[in-house]
Amino acid sequence: MTERTKGDLVLDVSQLRIEVRTDAGPGPVLVDDVSFTLRRGEVLGLIGESGAGKSTIGLAVLGYTRANCFITGGSLRFHGRDIRTMSAAERRALRGPGVAYIAQSAAASFNPAHTILQQVCEIPIQQGLLSPAAARSRAIGLFRELDLPNPEQFGDRYPHQVSGGQLQRAMAAMAMAARPDILIFDEPTTALDVTTQVEVLASFRKLIREHGTSAIYITHDLAVVAQIADEIMVLRQGRMVEHGTADAILHHPQQDYTRRLVAERFEAHGHHAQDSGALLELRHVVASYASLLRVVNDVSLRIQRGDTLAVVGESGSGKSSLARVIMGLLPREAGDIRFRDEMLASRLKDRTREQLRRVQMIYQSPDVALNPNQTLLQIIGRPVQFYFRRSRAEVRARVLELLAMMDLPADYIDRKPGALSGGQKQRVGIARALAAEPDLIICDEVTSALDQLVGEEILKLLKRLQEELGIAYLFITHDLGTVKRIANKVAVMLKGEMVDGGETEAVFAPPYHPYTQLLLSSVPEMRSDWLDGVLAGRAG
Amino acid sequence: MLRLVMLRLAFGAMTVLAASVLIFAGTELLPGDLATAILQNSATPENVAEMRAQLGLDRPAPVRYAEWISHAAQGDLGISLSNQHPVAEELAPRLRNSFFLAAFAACVSVPLAVLLGLLAAIYQNSWYDRAVNFITLLTISVPEYLVGYLLVKYLSVRWGLFPSLANVAPENTLLERLDLTFLPMLTLVLVVVAHMMRMTRASVLNIMASPYIEMAFLKGLTKSRVVVRHAFPNALAPIISVIALNLAYLIVGVVVVEAVFVYPGLGQLLVDAVAKHDLPVVQACGLIFACVFILLNLLADIMAILSNPRLRRAR
Repeated sequence: MTERTKGDLVLDVSQLRIEVRTDAGPGPVLVDDVSFTLRRGEVLGLIGESGAGKSTIGLAVLGYTRANCFITGGSLRFHGRDIRTMSAAERRALRGPGVAYIAQSAAASFNPAHTILQQVCEIPIQQGLLSPAAARSRAIGLFRELDLPNPEQFGDRYPHQVSGGQLQRAMAAMAMAARPDILIFDEPTTALDVTTQVEVLASFRKLIREHGTSAIYITHDLAVVAQIADEIMVLRQGRMVEHGTADAILHHPQQDYTRRLVAERFEAHGHHAQDSGALLELRHVVASYASLLRVVNDVSLRIQRGDTLAVVGESGSGKSSLARVIMGLLPREAGDIRFRDEMLASRLKDRTREQLRRVQMIYQSPDVALNPNQTLLQIIGRPVQFYFRRSRAEVRARVLELLAMMDLPADYIDRKPGALSGGQKQRVGIARALAAEPDLIICDEVTSALDQLVGEEILKLLKRLQEELGIAYLFITHDLGTVKRIANKVAVMLKGEMVDGGETEAVFAPPYHPYTQLLLSSVPEMRSDWLDGVLAGRAG
Repeated sequence: MLRLVMLRLAFGAMTVLAASVLIFAGTELLPGDLATAILQNSATPENVAEMRAQLGLDRPAPVRYAEWISHAAQGDLGISLSNQHPVAEELAPRLRNSFFLAAFAACVSVPLAVLLGLLAAIYQNSWYDRAVNFITLLTISVPEYLVGYLLVKYLSVRWGLFPSLANVAPENTLLERLDLTFLPMLTLVLVVVAHMMRMTRASVLNIMASPYIEMAFLKGLTKSRVVVRHAFPNALAPIISVIALNLAYLIVGVVVVEAVFVYPGLGQLLVDAVAKHDLPVVQACGLIFACVFILLNLLADIMAILSNPRLRRAR
C-alpha cells in the first residue's frame, strides 16, 4: 500500500448536530448541520478558530462527546454503520482499530506513570488483536517509520524523558498501533516549535500515505493544513462556512470569512521607531539556574524608547529566561543591565520601586497570570495603588479609564477573570501592565495561547498603545510571522546565546545567518507544495 | 533521586530531635519532678534537695537533656519509678503488642479501603457509591469506644463469636492472638477505613479529569481498566500519605480502644505511667510515638517519590 489509493467510502457524516445540555436546560449548539464524507486515503482539513466545533466533530467520529455534550441530530456512518446507535462495547471496539485520536498536547495525553511502549501497545493488546510480543515489534516498527531515535529502546522511556516533538510522534505511533481506518489529528503540531513542526508534519504525512489511512486534520493554521489535506472545510461557530479542495480554499476563497483567514496570514505592517537614547541596555549578561544550567550566555542588546525588539528562538533557547533576568526574577551572574542610564540591581528585591514600575510584564497564559478570585478592579487597581498611592475612588476611576483603553466594557470592573474570554483576559493582563505607566513592557508569547484573529486584535492593540504612549516592547515569540509585522529589531537566540540580531529588515533579508535561515524556512507558507519544497531543500 | 531521599531522611532525623526537645521540655514543665515523685509523702524540702542532688537533677536542664537523649540513642531509656525495672524492658512487650495489633488492622484495612475506594470511583454516583460513602461517614462519626462496645455487645456477648477481652499473654500462639485481638482489630478497621477509602476515591476522581484519562477512553479501554491502570498509579501519592497517617494513628492513637478491650499495648502503659507520675516511662513512650509517627511519614514521602517516574527516573 505504498501509493495513495482513494476508493471506498469510509466515513459519511450527515447533518451532524451537537448540543450542550445541562441540568439547567439546553445550552449552546456546538455543531450544527455539518456534513462531509471521507474516502480511503483521503485527508480532510477542518479549520476554524476555537469554539468553531472542530474538536467536537473529531471526537464525535470516535463516538465520544465531552461532559454535557450530546449528539442530537444527523448520522455518522463508519463503513455504513451509524456510530450514534452503537452500544458502549461496539464503540470501544471502534476506538483504536476503527478510528484513532492524536491530541494537541502529547505531554498531557500520555500517562506519566507508564512507559511509552506500554501505552503504544495497549490498544492492540487490550482489543485482543495482537500478542504482547507482536504488539511490541509493531510499535518498534512504527517508531522507526516515524524517525524516532533508537527505535528499539525508545519505548522503554517514560513520557517526561523525551522531547515534545518525539512525544507527539510517539502519539502517532500509539494511534497507528491498531492500524485504524481513520486518524483524527487534533491540532497535533500547535504546541511545537516551528522547526520541530516541519519534521513532525513530514512524519505524519509519510505515515498516512504509506498506510493509506484516511485522516481528519484539525487546526487553526491554514498554512499547516495546506501541506497535508486534500480537502479543507472552514468552520465558524459550529457551522460550515466553506468546503473545497485545499488549492481552491487557499487561492480562490469564496466566503468573506475564509478570505479574512487567508489574508491574515499574508498581512504585513511596517514599523519604524524614532531614534532616541537607549532605554534598556544589556552588556554581556550571563545567567544560570542553580549555577548549573547556563540559560543566558553573553547576551548584549539595546532597546530605545518606542522600539519593539522581538526575541525569537525555539523553546529552551533562553528567551523567557532572558526576560526573567531583565525583570530581576532570575539573578544574573555577570554583565550589566542599564535602564535609563541607571544600573539595575541583579535581584528584584534590591531594585527601587520606581525601577520596578518602569518595567512591566505580560504573560503567555492569562488564565494562569490572573488571580481567578480577584475582580478586575482588584487586579488592575493593585499596581495603581502600589505605585501611585491613590485613594480608593481614584483607583476605581483609573481602572475604568484603562478598561476603556482596552475596549473592555466598564461594567466588567467587578467581574472575575473566569467570566471573560481568552482575548479579554489578555486585555486585562495588558491593562494591569499599563496601570504602572511603564516605559518598557516585556511580552512573553502573549498571543500564542490565543486564536489567530483574537491574537491579531491583541497585536493591533499593543501597536496602538505604543503609538499613543511611546512604550517600548521586548516581544518574546516563536512566531516569525508576528515578528516581521510588529518588530523593528530582532534578536535570534539559540541555546542561551544571541546568534543573530539587528534591524528586522536586515536580519530577515539575505545574507542570512544559517540559524535564522533555518527558522525562516520552517514557517509554513500558504502553498500546498511548501512542505515538499522544504524537505527537498534540506535533503539536498 | 537519591539526593531527594537523603534530604527527607535528614529532615526526619531533625524532626525526631525537635520532638525529643519538646517531650523533655513538656515533662520539665510539669509540677514536681522525679525527686518529689519518688519521695511522695516524705517530700520535705531537705529530702527533696538531697534526692535531687543524688539524681543529678540539680544540674541545668540542657545538660540533663543531652544525657537523656544520648542514653536513649543507645537504647537506655532509664529506670521506671514504679517497679525499678529498666524502662526498655518494660516497654518491649507492650511495643510488640501495639505493633501486632496495628499490623493486623493495617493488613485488613488498607487493601479493603483501596478496593472500596476504587470501586466507588469506577461506579461514581451509583447506589454502591452512595451507600459506601454513607456507611463510611457513619463509622468515622461514631466515637471508637462506642463502636468497640457495640461490637462487644453483638459479636461477643450476644452471638459469642469472638472474645470480648483482648488480654493476650506471651504464651499465646499466633492463631490465639488473632482470635483474641479480632474485635479491637475490627474496631480500628471501622475507624480508619473510611478516611483512606474516601481519599482513594477523591484522588482517583481528581485524576479522572486529566487529558490522559480522556485519551485512555479514546483508546477504547474499559472504565475499570482506565481507573485501575491509568488513574490509580497517578493518584498514589496522596493515598500513600493518608495511609501513613492512619497507620501512625493505629499505633499512637489507640489508647481508647486498648482500654475498652483491656489490651496490654503501649497506650495503656502511657496512661498508667501518667497516673503514677512515672516520668521516665512517659518520656520514653512519647519518644517512641514521635519516632513511629515521623518514620511512617518519612516512609510515605519516600514511597511517593518512588511511585512517581518523573522523580524516580531523571530525563
